[in-house]
Amino acid sequence: MADKVRKAAADALKGVLFDGMTIMAGGFGLCGIPENLIAAIRDAGTKNLTVVSNNCGIDDFGLGILLAGGQIKKMISSYVGENKLFAELYLSGKLELEFNPQGTLAERIRAGGAGIPAFFTKTGVGTLVAEGKEVREFDGELYVMERGLKADLSIVKAWKGDAEGNLIYRKTARNFNPMMATAGAVTVAEVEELVPVGSLDKDEIHTPGIFVDRIFQGAEFEKRIEQLTVRPRAEKMGAEKELV
Amino acid sequence: MAWTRNDMAARAAKELRDGFYVNLGIGIPTLVANYIPAGVSVTLQSENGMLGMGPFPYEGEADPDLINAGKQTITELPASCYFSSADSFAMIRGGHINLSILGGMQVAENGDLANWMVPGKMVKGMGGAMDLVAGVKRVVVVMEHTEKSGAPKLLKRCSLPLTGAGVVDLLITDLAVFEIGGGAVRLTELATGATLDEVKAKTEAEFAVAL
Repeated sequence: MADKVRKAAADALKGVLFDGMTIMAGGFGLCGIPENLIAAIRDAGTKNLTVVSNNCGIDDFGLGILLAGGQIKKMISSYVGENKLFAELYLSGKLELEFNPQGTLAERIRAGGAGIPAFFTKTGVGTLVAEGKEVREFDGELYVMERGLKADLSIVKAWKGDAEGNLIYRKTARNFNPMMATAGAVTVAEVEELVPVGSLDKDEIHTPGIFVDRIFQGAEFEKRIEQLTVRPRAEKMGAEKELV
Repeated sequence: MAWTRNDMAARAAKELRDGFYVNLGIGIPTLVANYIPAGVSVTLQSENGMLGMGPFPYEGEADPDLINAGKQTITELPASCYFSSADSFAMIRGGHINLSILGGMQVAENGDLANWMVPGKMVKGMGGAMDLVAGVKRVVVVMEHTEKSGAPKLLKRCSLPLTGAGVVDLLITDLAVFEIGGGAVRLTELATGATLDEVKAKTEAEFAVAL
């Protein structure tokens, strides 16, 4: 069996990075992002990247740190509103941007990893998103054709993983990571905890190891929170009805 | 005196039915969770991958791995579950969510909705809004009746790029409630303190009055 385990992020990316490549990066906002691998790509200085990710981090964390170094040529995302530097680069023409509806983005990646070159969806019919794309009627409704999406490299983040590459995600940190793991020519996973083979419950593995080429335990995880929202402790004894 | 943001959220909450799976957008729609009627139990879906969204955490208990689609920290409930973005949008696009309540910039009399982009200004992206309006069975839009400038937002045709074509079923503004369908608009309720004359003066779209 090929040894998939690597010591650290730089080691895990050895030989796979090249200028002009397409990289998929898991995460929603800053939740479930492969922060160690993003930092290693910044350190490697790889340029002209096309990055597929739902968002583009914030100015000084997540994918935002690749923007700061001018490493990203094009983003394929659904929402980039949390990043001032992104706005500057885009408005000055230094960054290309392709917006995909979030569900279309998720499905394009799922399809890419599953060997499906294209599919039809209702999402975006009659909007800018459908311009230049085939629209076809099925059962009396209009659908737009969207293409499957693949990458040279997928970087994903999981909670636990083993040497086989089996992964388990935690709570909403799962998001785009499972589909991206399937759609990379090479997939590298960083995990909070690398556990012995056999210790994960085989019925609860989210990403089967076949999709993962390299895996390592992240040196540290900052797991920064983008919008900290809390209720005061005083409420704990009552007022449970108030949700927001 | 028209409806406040909370009044609008409370009105939108009347659209909830027991057993519904519901997706709430950012802004006023989020407030709808505070007005779920007694005896009505709904399950809130967050499109980043959760069913059964709980309230905000107590101070010191926020979990960076547990956020909603607005990237706010939240909590889970005993019945909650987590899933991938692909599964999440299978729920949304596949018609498994009963109700989507979201904000709007413009609504047209044919049910078109614009709420994601203002050309020439910075564009943030549509997020999951296009999928929600295309796939969810019933779409309720909650928005101010006019722009800050006083310009109407319920129009004959949207001037901004669309989020979805012919997708809006119900519009709740600070002045009134409109049912939209079959290419026609019906005014069904006036907000407390609003008059028909005021609504007519501040609306570009043609509408029938069915108070």
